[in-house]
Amino acid sequence: MKAKSAWEIAEGTRDGSISPVETVEALFERIGEHDIEIKAFITTTKKLAIEQAKEIEKKRKAKQKLGRLAGVPIAVKDNICTQGIETTCASKILRGFIPPYDATVVKMLKEEGAIIVGKTNMDEFGMGSTTEFSAFFPTRNPRNTSYVPGGSSGGSAAAVAKELASAALGTDTGGSIRCPSAFCGVVGLKPTYGLVSRYGLIAYANSLEQIGPITRDVRDSSLMLSCIAAHDPMDSTNVGEKKDYTKFRDDVSRLKIGVPKQYFGEGTQKAVSDAIWRALKKLEDEGATIEEVDLKTVEYALASYYIIAMSEASSNLARYDGLRYGFQESSGARNWSTLFSKDRKIGFGFEVKKRIILGTFALSAGYFDAYYLKAQMVRSLIIQDFEKAFKKFDVLIGPTMPTTAFKLGEKTVDPLAMYMSDCDTVPANLAGIPAISIPCGSSNGLPIGMQIMAPSFEEERLLGVAGFCERELA
Amino acid sequence: MRKGVGLIGVDGLGLKIGLEVHCQLTVLNTKLFCSCSSNYRGTEPNTNICEICTGLPGTLPVLNEKAVEAATKIALALNCKIAETANFFRKNYFYPDLPKNFQITQYDKAGGVAIAKEGQIGTSDGSIRIRRIQLEEDPGKLSYEGTIVSSPFALVDYNRAGVALVEIVTEPDLKSPKNAREFLQKLRSILEHIGVCDGSLEGAMRCDANISLFGGKRVEVKNISSFKEVERALNFEITRQKTMAKAAKAEGMETRHWDEVRRVTVTLRVKESEEDYRYFPEPDLVPITISKNYISKVKARMPELPDKRKERFVRDYKVSEEIASVLVGEKQIADFFEACVKSYTAPRLLGSWLAIDIIGYLNRSEKTFADIKFSPNNLAEIAKLVEQKQITDSGAKTIIIKAIEQGKSRFEIGKKEEGAITDEKMVMNAVKMVFGANRKAVEDAKSDPNAINFLMGQVMKATKGRADHSLARKLIQVELLAVQEPSRK
Repeated sequence: MKAKSAWEIAEGTRDGSISPVETVEALFERIGEHDIEIKAFITTTKKLAIEQAKEIEKKRKAKQKLGRLAGVPIAVKDNICTQGIETTCASKILRGFIPPYDATVVKMLKEEGAIIVGKTNMDEFGMGSTTEFSAFFPTRNPRNTSYVPGGSSGGSAAAVAKELASAALGTDTGGSIRCPSAFCGVVGLKPTYGLVSRYGLIAYANSLEQIGPITRDVRDSSLMLSCIAAHDPMDSTNVGEKKDYTKFRDDVSRLKIGVPKQYFGEGTQKAVSDAIWRALKKLEDEGATIEEVDLKTVEYALASYYIIAMSEASSNLARYDGLRYGFQESSGARNWSTLFSKDRKIGFGFEVKKRIILGTFALSAGYFDAYYLKAQMVRSLIIQDFEKAFKKFDVLIGPTMPTTAFKLGEKTVDPLAMYMSDCDTVPANLAGIPAISIPCGSSNGLPIGMQIMAPSFEEERLLGVAGFCERELA
Repeated sequence: MRKGVGLIGVDGLGLKIGLEVHCQLTVLNTKLFCSCSSNYRGTEPNTNICEICTGLPGTLPVLNEKAVEAATKIALALNCKIAETANFFRKNYFYPDLPKNFQITQYDKAGGVAIAKEGQIGTSDGSIRIRRIQLEEDPGKLSYEGTIVSSPFALVDYNRAGVALVEIVTEPDLKSPKNAREFLQKLRSILEHIGVCDGSLEGAMRCDANISLFGGKRVEVKNISSFKEVERALNFEITRQKTMAKAAKAEGMETRHWDEVRRVTVTLRVKESEEDYRYFPEPDLVPITISKNYISKVKARMPELPDKRKERFVRDYKVSEEIASVLVGEKQIADFFEACVKSYTAPRLLGSWLAIDIIGYLNRSEKTFADIKFSPNNLAEIAKLVEQKQITDSGAKTIIIKAIEQGKSRFEIGKKEEGAITDEKMVMNAVKMVFGANRKAVEDAKSDPNAINFLMGQVMKATKGRADHSLARKLIQVELLAVQEPSRK
């Protein structure tokens, strides 16, 4: 039997046909059964979840208004702060960090009646595309457990795919929502930069990342987005507004679609490009026009992305020194600098240290101009390139990932290949535009993800196209 | 050395002094990026904090708009060019008092634009150019047991972390340690007049000094707590660097720490080159836009500045330039002066008491204006007594200083401090009274000089000993003649 969507659970909870307590209890049974293998969660919060569910039931019986996500079990990526629940970023250095506050998005979800069921695994601080760089354990792809779920929001995507949560929050710095959504065969949306509050998101690369929903279908994605997009005065870069995204129209008959040449370049699996073209054909049959577009600067996106992301990360992660919270290995330190070094040496994983060192280098005097400033210049050109393309096209479509999921251990030995696999996702982060990954067939039982990109704040258009494809590709 | 000859100034030292002054915007209710109180003074350690100012993971800064207004006022007061769009940068360095291990500040390179630049402040030794004015967050505070060198541990208090600071950086235009002190005093008065920084609060104004001699490497002196200490520290550095130069030891670029107790500077760290703070734009904040309209609105609300106030004092109160300069050197003093004059119009007397006697005493005794407990009205009354010749000027000064010394809010006019009564009318009244009461003595006085002495004693008694001696004697003679007249008729 197909599990109920978040939409259906919320509807059923509101009309009384579904008991939130039963939903949660059944869900934790599933988690107990499957998460031993999948390992999507770092922390589960059964007790709190059942309390929340009872609260909702009480409210319903008292005929109080229930929220848009009433009774919906939601998993939250472990780099989003949850009051009273340990939040680690899958890093040893944050072990024991229990935030005294809720991230704005968590607060908003709770206000809508969502039930937080746990914190999901990820690549440490979001640095990776496989969830193998978690300091604790790797997560496995529910479609085939010999494969990675993608990353860095691998835990969230795997939880949704395995029905260990009805929906999840992920974060996307360079593809961290879309990549695991593609690999696990679920829907992942990276909103426009500034649409969703980042307050409470533990920063990896502030200027690139957004929180977004990972769901089983497009309608759930629109529902989740409607609940988390709003203006937040606590985030200066936030310009979001409340809007009902569930009213998207899936009419593509006059849609002008651009297909960036660069998204089908060397390294793209044939099965992947074939699947995307099949979908594009469907859209064309429906009346949409398809035209290839040359986004020349996208070739430099990866280099630009990694320099900016690592530079920001080197500064963001400086605060983890063991003095105030989280992990502390203070024994034997005679002065603060020894203490800091020791804690950071033990507390951070290899991939994180590598990126901190590279970022520190890129920001150093004498190298700043050649790396950081140049990367920012490239970023400006990419933004211009996209702006130009969107003058002609309503959306841009290509694969989310050039390949299907990797085998566990396959990319950890070849970091450059792992970085390369982000080539189709990072441009949207650099440009700040919204992008969604939806399931688009499979190859050898492994899901393929199709990526749709739209101009900034055109999430509704994005969801419309995604909704059409979801219906027609099923 | 020889190569540097051309650089050496007329004083032969090639002295270059520049200052970096950190001023807390004490006028703000809240910190620069969160809603914690900016008044951390007197609070239990680590109680005036929140998740933002302690940089907890996931938190973001939100700019306090009032800080931009305060910085704009400062920029206007210092005749700076104000940026249309300014931005924040991160200054990265590890230090336990810095919760995020970076400081959110401003920068003037790599696309950075500070809130204002290129201003100036006039001093008696020429104009001092302001290089830039920038907004930044204050770090927390470390406490040591004993001194920074000997303490086995440090305690961190984040109550101050995130308080809004304006850093004012000068060009190396200061001519001498004394000039540096004057500059700082003037700056403080300006900030107090525009009401953004109360310089009397401990740590509200802090200063790092850069000094080099003979075209040598720049030495930075940190931890200077007061303007007087700045002068001392710079004088020490000049002597030290001269000695080094004589011994032909090259000065390296270094940071030194001013030890207030021993009154010496000690090496804190030697710099191989400029420290690499890896500045880059703060991605969590958006640029600040300062429109022309906004500036003119702020300008319209600007109060009178010390230089204008000084001109007004000279013009309206007819006090000398020197006196007026001293009066406006501290807003409190200037305000006190004006309140006195409002109560009793004796500006020149009151001005010279305040500018010369009172401030002179405060400086000698290491007291501050806050130690003065009497009101402007009280002081004005004393001025009135002097103008009415009830007490002498020097007597008045003694009374005033004593009141400050003892922290009293009222003046005690003791016999000793009372001046002689030189007012003819007053003394004559006493004489007439004494004559009326001592008819026999008056009769005797016509022939007996001893009786005159008796009358003299009575007059002094009646005036509590305050009648001017020669005047009293003269008036007794006059009155004696007057009472003899009728008998002659």
